[in-house]
Amino acid sequence: MKSSLKLAFGLTSAITASTAVSNVAHAEDLTLCWAAWDPANALVELSKDFTKETGIGMKFEFVPWTNYADRFLNELNSHGKLCDLIIGDSQWIGGAAENGHYVKLNDFFDKEKISMDDFVPATVVGYSEWPKNTPNYWALPAMGDVVGWTYRKDWFSKPELQKEFKEKYGWDLGPPTTFDQLKQVAEFFQKREIDGKTVYGASIYTERGSEGITMGAMDVLYSYGFQYENPKKPYEMEGFVNSDKSVKGLEFYKALYDCCTPPGASNSYMGEGVDAFKSGQVAMHMNFAFTWPGLQKDENVGGDKIGYFVNPKGPDGEQFAQLGGQGISVVSYSDKQEAALKYIKWFANKDVQAKWWSLGGYSCLNAVVKDPKFPASQPYAQTFLDSMAIVKDFWAEPSYAPLLQASQKRFHDYVVAGQGSAKDALDGLVKDWTQVFQDDGKM
Amino acid sequence: MLNRTAENVARATPEPLARKVRGISDKGLAWLFISPTILLLLAINIFPLFWAIYLSFTNYRANRPNEVVKNLGFANYQRILGDKDIWIAMQTTAHFVFWTILLQTLIGFTLAWLIDRKFRGHAFWTTLILVPMMLSPAVVGNFWRFLYEPQIGLFAYAISFVTRIPPTDIQMLSNVSLAPWSIIIVDTWMWTPYVMLICLAGLRSIPEYIYEAAEVDRASNWRQFWSITLPMALPFIMLAVLFRGIENFKMFDMVNLLTGGGPGSTTEVASITLKRQAFESWRTGYSSAFAIILFVAVFGLANIYVKALNKVKQR
Repeated sequence: MKSSLKLAFGLTSAITASTAVSNVAHAEDLTLCWAAWDPANALVELSKDFTKETGIGMKFEFVPWTNYADRFLNELNSHGKLCDLIIGDSQWIGGAAENGHYVKLNDFFDKEKISMDDFVPATVVGYSEWPKNTPNYWALPAMGDVVGWTYRKDWFSKPELQKEFKEKYGWDLGPPTTFDQLKQVAEFFQKREIDGKTVYGASIYTERGSEGITMGAMDVLYSYGFQYENPKKPYEMEGFVNSDKSVKGLEFYKALYDCCTPPGASNSYMGEGVDAFKSGQVAMHMNFAFTWPGLQKDENVGGDKIGYFVNPKGPDGEQFAQLGGQGISVVSYSDKQEAALKYIKWFANKDVQAKWWSLGGYSCLNAVVKDPKFPASQPYAQTFLDSMAIVKDFWAEPSYAPLLQASQKRFHDYVVAGQGSAKDALDGLVKDWTQVFQDDGKM
Repeated sequence: MLNRTAENVARATPEPLARKVRGISDKGLAWLFISPTILLLLAINIFPLFWAIYLSFTNYRANRPNEVVKNLGFANYQRILGDKDIWIAMQTTAHFVFWTILLQTLIGFTLAWLIDRKFRGHAFWTTLILVPMMLSPAVVGNFWRFLYEPQIGLFAYAISFVTRIPPTDIQMLSNVSLAPWSIIIVDTWMWTPYVMLICLAGLRSIPEYIYEAAEVDRASNWRQFWSITLPMALPFIMLAVLFRGIENFKMFDMVNLLTGGGPGSTTEVASITLKRQAFESWRTGYSSAFAIILFVAVFGLANIYVKALNKVKQR
């Protein structure tokens, strides 16, 4: 009996001691939460320098895009302690700020002399500020991103295709600068035989489940004159969301979907777009800039075969692009806020940001992107810069989720399922969004 | 031996505890034993149900934990019952339930009737037919998505081979008219074996002597089928219809994997709408009210159906 007791006591002590030791060893480990994608892998690599410098270990919780919002918004709403740092989507900023999920960073920025003037203005508004256009900062711009286009440079440069295109449309086949040109190029390539294979015009966003079709349609609508609200009267949407120009923009997006996308592309988003381009199915490909480093390196479609262009202009010459990307925030439920702030201070450093860009992340620091060597640093760098200068973003209100679901439904019903007209879809959207803001007591 | 063990246990029980146990009646002891299960059921079934009923009368949103929760009375219920999109989702659900049950019952019963002939190799064919039912819905959904692919899918090529329509024009999941049928086909493929199994049990339960008596009376095969086989298997068929009906009314996984409710809202059944309201739009109060309406509808219909089933059984 005595020996059994001794054994039990010994085992318990050993387990307790080992747990304690491991707790001490990892007491300062930080967990960073983000989406599972290429830039996240680059961040893992980059963060090794932080561990070397500070001795603070880094753990990562990466979730695929399809579950990213569900998983981490649940985590934040339940006041979970899993994430010390989070790279949250730009649209979360309103809800995260108002519900107290993120630590406000103004005092920290002042203390550490981190100035938001050092970052690309659009990313500060998009990723850090709430309310928008006020100096209240909840995140440090971490990963710049924007919707742009890639095209098959090798196909575009085929002499026989150039000749045929010029005869048909009267201008030289090349990256389109207006949406009308984009549709002409897409029509030209649709169901064309190239190198013994049937190819299609363009891959565009049509995904229904999360945010895909909204990101794609908005990317076009902005340049057609769509506005979320009356600039002089917030939340007044009638005549802005459903203006004649917006209707034309949505009709264009549907026409592009109907004429020029690959068969069965009715639920396509970032991954499906990359697959369509990589497999040589499409001549042009709408996607966020984060996909470009991977495509550039691709053996089959990368290198000299790929080109990049900024979102084209609308009929009145307006030109905008849908903002993507995220800022990095400290989670207010974390017990390791001091260490998390140390990470943000380190991440804001110019050298770290330069390395971030070289590894495949998109820095938002002016010192990096305005460096004279930057445009030549990668084949897509100039397109990225030009695109970031014309960005617009979706609502970032605390109610962004129902606002997004409403646009997903209205756009998909019209564009993909062909139900009703563009006017019906946008009128319906005004009705849905009005209901959301009324529920919030904002109207 | 057992008695001796019981005596030993009784002797080892400390006196104060033994005194307490001695005072408990048989009924009390029974309650003591089943109380953990009852507590568990209360915690994971009954409490959430009542909590959902409470939330359905409020404006609660799970992503706004700091917001003041207001009592809205029946406003959520009124809004749901007056919402055109909800009624469209209910119609889509009804369409799906009707066709899947009709096809599964017809094919399932026919297969059971054939298998019941006990031909050579019938055991092998029974096993083969049951395979789809044994697969995970996630696996089935994913591989049918590939089969339906217009560019690489076998289904499109098979239809193209028969109809001479180019496979890229056979867009089962993207076409508004075909998408609902693509789900009905997969559900029927997967769950017909289940209906067949229940029908087979019904057919095997019919005593042989009834057929022998019918033979003596020179009843034709056709007459035997309508007067003996079908009436006696009917309670089993009805049971299969009940199980499939309840299951398909709340169908989520297959629709989510195959079409996600699209194109547009063409295949958006009630459970998909509910998930979108609850976990994408975060309207917890509203979605609780919708869940309660669905629960009452399924519960009510199932009860009416069970009463009809009992009447058939009593005949």
